[in-house]
Amino acid sequence: MRPEFCWGSCVPLEVILNVAASGLLTGLVYGLTSDWLSVIFGVVRVVNFAHGEMMTIAMYLAVILFSYYKLDPLLMMVPIAVVLFVFGYAIQHVLITPFINRPEHSQFILLVAIAIIMVNVLLIVFGPDAKSVQPAYAFDSFQIGTLILDATKVYAAAAAIIVAAALFGFFRFTLVGKAIRACADNYAGALVVGLDVKRLYALTFGLGAACVGAAGSMMTLLVDVTPPLGPAYTLLAFVIVITGGLGSMMGALVGGVLIGVTEALGGLLFTPSAKSMFAFGLLVLILLFRPQGIFGKRPT
Amino acid sequence: MMARLLADVPARALVMLGVFFAALCVIPLFANDYFITVLILILYFAFVGQAWNIMTGFAGQLSLGHALYVGLGAYAAAILYVKFGISPWIGLGASIVIAAAAGAVIGFLAFRFGVGGVYFAILTIAFAECARIGFDHWRWVGAASGLFLPVANYTQNDLWNLRGSPIMFYYVVLGMTVGAFVLCHALLRSRVGYYWLAIRESPEAAQALGIDIFRYKMYAVVLSAAMTSLSGVLFAFYYNNLFPEQVFHISRSIEFILGPIIGGIGTLFGPIVGAFVLTTLGESVEEVMRALGIDIPGIKQVFYGICLLLVVMFLPDGIWPPLRKRLGLDRKPRTPGKPK
Repeated sequence: MRPEFCWGSCVPLEVILNVAASGLLTGLVYGLTSDWLSVIFGVVRVVNFAHGEMMTIAMYLAVILFSYYKLDPLLMMVPIAVVLFVFGYAIQHVLITPFINRPEHSQFILLVAIAIIMVNVLLIVFGPDAKSVQPAYAFDSFQIGTLILDATKVYAAAAAIIVAAALFGFFRFTLVGKAIRACADNYAGALVVGLDVKRLYALTFGLGAACVGAAGSMMTLLVDVTPPLGPAYTLLAFVIVITGGLGSMMGALVGGVLIGVTEALGGLLFTPSAKSMFAFGLLVLILLFRPQGIFGKRPT
Repeated sequence: MMARLLADVPARALVMLGVFFAALCVIPLFANDYFITVLILILYFAFVGQAWNIMTGFAGQLSLGHALYVGLGAYAAAILYVKFGISPWIGLGASIVIAAAAGAVIGFLAFRFGVGGVYFAILTIAFAECARIGFDHWRWVGAASGLFLPVANYTQNDLWNLRGSPIMFYYVVLGMTVGAFVLCHALLRSRVGYYWLAIRESPEAAQALGIDIFRYKMYAVVLSAAMTSLSGVLFAFYYNNLFPEQVFHISRSIEFILGPIIGGIGTLFGPIVGAFVLTTLGESVEEVMRALGIDIPGIKQVFYGICLLLVVMFLPDGIWPPLRKRLGLDRKPRTPGKPK
């Protein structure tokens, strides 16, 4: 067993570097999973407390597709994203849209209720045991100098960057993306110029869900899935998004990397079970000194 | 004092309240142990809900981390009792001080830097989670394997050490809940209470009127934390075991606040009605499942989730405001207004 208080000195440097690199790769996937939360908040102004739960749904889909049809989770990212898009669109349209102008606590209960239903339906359907995916390349690795990187993590991180870039491009360069940004900037203004705000909201939520679906599919390469993973990831995504800046896409990615590395190093130097404490510690510091997050705009 | 508390409360409401209270007092004479256990749970949630309501319902600061104060209160009193043999009635002093200090730290950090709304809520979660992980690794108090209070077959109720039958705990928690109710009623009619409502409705306007909003938000957080810690003491001595994974978990925090929100946030009776409805609902679902011979883990929670969804969709102000109207208890203007 590792001694309990063991700072830097007794861990070789290359181990630290390896762990940091692995944390960075995991962090990129974290960042992608959190992007949705950020976009939803930026546009729809609803804090999505069912975020991690939606990701676990995607993870279970990936696990089913893999164990029954041997379909690779990285390829299945696309169909899973499509399924989650439809799911997210429906949830926003049917349940959340009527709550847009309700107070925060009311929206909170709505999403908590949705989350409770999701976690427990998953529990009923799949049972409490951990499920995992073991693709052929599960134990491959790449070596760069002294760094040894898991192939699964490298693929997942690369896919995360591609999806995030696609999402970013969509918001920046397409007309629909521009319209969605308009809704985020000025709700009344968007209504005045004749944008169908409700449909755009549903579209945003759906796209976010698709993004989380893709991320969930990748996550199956990194962790085993159990129903309680949902709430844990909801919390993690909050930490990431607030660290990076709620409403900023770039912020979520950077926050994800920061939290990924902090957790990995915290787990190495202290004890793995306490790793999320470092993430929360970082969050507290950020909230105190830069409450709007690293990339966030100061709320008015 | 008494006269001021009772001023312009309709006679009808007083009578109903009296009957309700009398019923709660005599119930143990007729009820069996199971029923008492459920009532203890209801009153426990009503009490925590009431404490949470001060901070969120009155002063408008959304806390999602009240498990922190319950946990700190529970651990403080339990440690003093288990390690030093100090009575919980003295130990609760320590609980109050520690929880209030934790509340003060969170409040100070957040309100100083203008952290509000969603950010504040997440900050409260972060502190509760930090405490959970911290206690999980604190060997002296049992770390993740839990802290246990000695359990024996008590022939007599030992009120001084809070060891005894459910009936004793029932009266203790009933006393606490009534106390919290009276306190909240008094607060809502005090200057502080009106300041809180003003801050909740519009912090800018409140500040413009010369209210020191930082100070009054602090009062709300500290008072709410201190009250909540009492329920922690009760929790520790009633269940005789404490696991960081359970007491500090975020699902606890959520459980606490569903009651007051479902019942009617910011109202005096909301937390009580909410606790009654939710706990009874949960228990009866369990009974029905047992009767039908269905044993699927999670199905109770799914039902629970659907009920929550329905309440929040169709009764946006919670159950109590429409119920109050139905019972003919709507008061004249001096009532604290509808929650935002």
